[in-house]
Amino acid sequence: MTKILPRKDVVIVGLGWTGSILAHELTDQGLDVVAIERGPWRDTATDFNIGYAQDELRYSIRRDLFLQPTVETMTVRNDPSQKALPMRDFGSFLPGNGVGGAGVHWNGHTWRFWDSDFQIKTNLTKKYGASRIADLQVEDWGVTGAEMEPYYDQFEYLAGISGKAGNIKGHLQEGGNPFEDPRSRDYPNPPMQMTYAPTLFAEVGRSIGLHPFPTPSANMSRAYVNPLGIAMGQCTYCGFCERFGCANYSKSSAQTTVLPVLMKKSNFEVRTDSEVLHVDLAPGGKSARGVTYVDTSGEEYFQPADLVLLCAYGLHNARLMMLSGIGKIYDPGSGEGTVGRNYCYQTNAGVQVFFDDKNFNPFIAAGALGQTIDDYNGDAFDHGALDFVGGAGINCIPTNGRPIGTRPTLPGTPKWGSAWKKATVEGYRSTLGYSSQGSSYATRNNYLDLDPTYKDRFGRPLMRMTFDFPDNDIRMSNYVCDRMEEIAKALGGKQYAVGRRKKGWDSVPYQSTHNTGGAIMGTDPKKSAVNTFLQSWDVPNVFVIGASAFPQNAGKNPTGTVGALAFRAADAIRNQYLRNPGAPLVQA
Amino acid sequence: MASDPPAQVVAGGWHFFSAQEAALVEAIVDRIIPADELSMGGKEAGCAVYIDRQLMGAFGVSSRLYTQGPFLPGLPTQGYQGEANPAQRYRTGLAAIDAFLKQRDGKTFVELASAEQDAFLTAMEAGKVDLPNGVKGPGFFGLLLQNTMEGFFADPVYGGNKDMVSWRMLGFPGARYDYRDHVSKHNQPYPQPPVSIIGRPEWLGKGA
Repeated sequence: MTKILPRKDVVIVGLGWTGSILAHELTDQGLDVVAIERGPWRDTATDFNIGYAQDELRYSIRRDLFLQPTVETMTVRNDPSQKALPMRDFGSFLPGNGVGGAGVHWNGHTWRFWDSDFQIKTNLTKKYGASRIADLQVEDWGVTGAEMEPYYDQFEYLAGISGKAGNIKGHLQEGGNPFEDPRSRDYPNPPMQMTYAPTLFAEVGRSIGLHPFPTPSANMSRAYVNPLGIAMGQCTYCGFCERFGCANYSKSSAQTTVLPVLMKKSNFEVRTDSEVLHVDLAPGGKSARGVTYVDTSGEEYFQPADLVLLCAYGLHNARLMMLSGIGKIYDPGSGEGTVGRNYCYQTNAGVQVFFDDKNFNPFIAAGALGQTIDDYNGDAFDHGALDFVGGAGINCIPTNGRPIGTRPTLPGTPKWGSAWKKATVEGYRSTLGYSSQGSSYATRNNYLDLDPTYKDRFGRPLMRMTFDFPDNDIRMSNYVCDRMEEIAKALGGKQYAVGRRKKGWDSVPYQSTHNTGGAIMGTDPKKSAVNTFLQSWDVPNVFVIGASAFPQNAGKNPTGTVGALAFRAADAIRNQYLRNPGAPLVQA
Repeated sequence: MASDPPAQVVAGGWHFFSAQEAALVEAIVDRIIPADELSMGGKEAGCAVYIDRQLMGAFGVSSRLYTQGPFLPGLPTQGYQGEANPAQRYRTGLAAIDAFLKQRDGKTFVELASAEQDAFLTAMEAGKVDLPNGVKGPGFFGLLLQNTMEGFFADPVYGGNKDMVSWRMLGFPGARYDYRDHVSKHNQPYPQPPVSIIGRPEWLGKGA
């Protein structure tokens, strides 16, 4: 028996970064907003306790703060000919759970995508010809870099990003990223203090003609008060960042930048430990009536609302659309359908350089403390004579020295015994690592749909992920690995090792929680699930906000762009949608 | 609960293992991490106690994982697809090791010389011994290796890493939370000794 609750203006599914931003903006507009969050309430003092937050086993290995596969997982395979099987434990990526979402336990790398990323199909076709991208399914986003700039600025000031501008209003800035698009002003905080490894990496990079700069970081380089009046503390370089909550109020998250203001508002409410089962549509399927959810006692509720915002993790947004009948599920055979289309990931590779005479103190670290080289990212370099498109940021960001997970050893070292122990002690403090974070471009056969066999705890189909690294992306990654080898040689250690990316995506070892696409934005309702304001083409009083909207992924972490898209959607709802609620903002 | 502090594991007695299983696990962790000039061995460091207590908790019964069927054989890239949880895998895996060795050598693992133990573990890791009852050597060895390393390098609150032995060996300062005064001291050793979530050994017994 479903209990019917009083109507709200807005119901938000998921209270992470995007849900908090939208809730804050729409309650400021005077709307009555409820957020429904599958996981628990979490706050700094109680859940990221400074007395025992530094617990690698509990938070990094057993992953206390993450979504547990028993609650929801997905099935995986590399191509449509294989039988997809469930990820019984998460590995390659680790979705978040609870208030704050994955924003609680991210590292904090905060990037802007470039105009050449947003207008990718137009740009690549013009520069290299249509045949160059014939085996890819890349799409323009339908927005320009200039249109996105104010929203990036809004997110970076909300989150107190520490960094150095490379280009302010067209004027190049010494020490910043010379390849970035023009920005209206510098970051709100200066770069973090550099540890030894990224300092050496930058010196050597510069000596061979590259352009290193401090990675833009959501770890505070100094105490900061954001535009909402919320105070954050200076980062203490503890090295317990990714997979951990910050006990020190030094890492931007919904908890440290939005919730202290949002939770005080009388027109906002959050219901935690409550999982939305689906969006309920009116007869005809052209408008949403609200959502149905279930709490931990098993009681089912219907929450009516005029406006439904899907603000869960991107993959879960796509699944909720599939389970609710919002839009048509993509079919790679016919190429028809939009929900599940253009699933993309991240094409990473890594290098380790071993020294005898250096001590990098790897435990003195922060999640986003380091140096980046963008000379081979995106379309920053000419691909005319090359056999691929896309690129990678080269990042020296040593995030931690936690010893269960971080024990670099020379290639060929046994995994146990006295020889293992000796090599482990030698490698621990004297190894410098860096990696390439590469673009991931869409293809016809990389997609999401519903699994025919496996069900979740409520008997609903799990989502099925079909993915392998496209040949283009493998060629890109190998090219950038060759460039990384040049840096390794210039660093001059006693030995180096390159871990190259290979075909046959492996769901087991951790790679990246940068899953994108599945409900992509665009200007053509046949190819995109949402318009450029993230409004569903099919059900206009539903907006779908997150990295699910990315038509493909750049060689950068997605959160900056997710935050900017959230502010842009909020702006569109406040200043356009509410004038004529229920109507499409863009005519199909 | 995510917000609760961890409870200190107290050594003494076995919660999951039988005495015979415990002796076997202690012998194995002592070969994976042998006592030498760099550190004490895995047994003295408490790795077997750590594994014993983990197998009694959420990890042992896979309560957080997706455990619905059907259980089908998959590709290595699809991860572990077996029905057995870690507690069951230890129970069958340990029995299989001793059954195999008794038949082959007329001895249990504990009764072998160190070099013979190493040779057996190396063969098991490489999939070169046929263990009974369908136990897959490389898979079970991987589980033993993973859990032994966890016990050796985790905070001592979980029963292993006695006196922060592995942290001192590496120079990892443990559960510290503020390195601001050392960030720019490049290439200089960090001067402070490690500290655990439960403090330092010399503090124990001196509080309330």
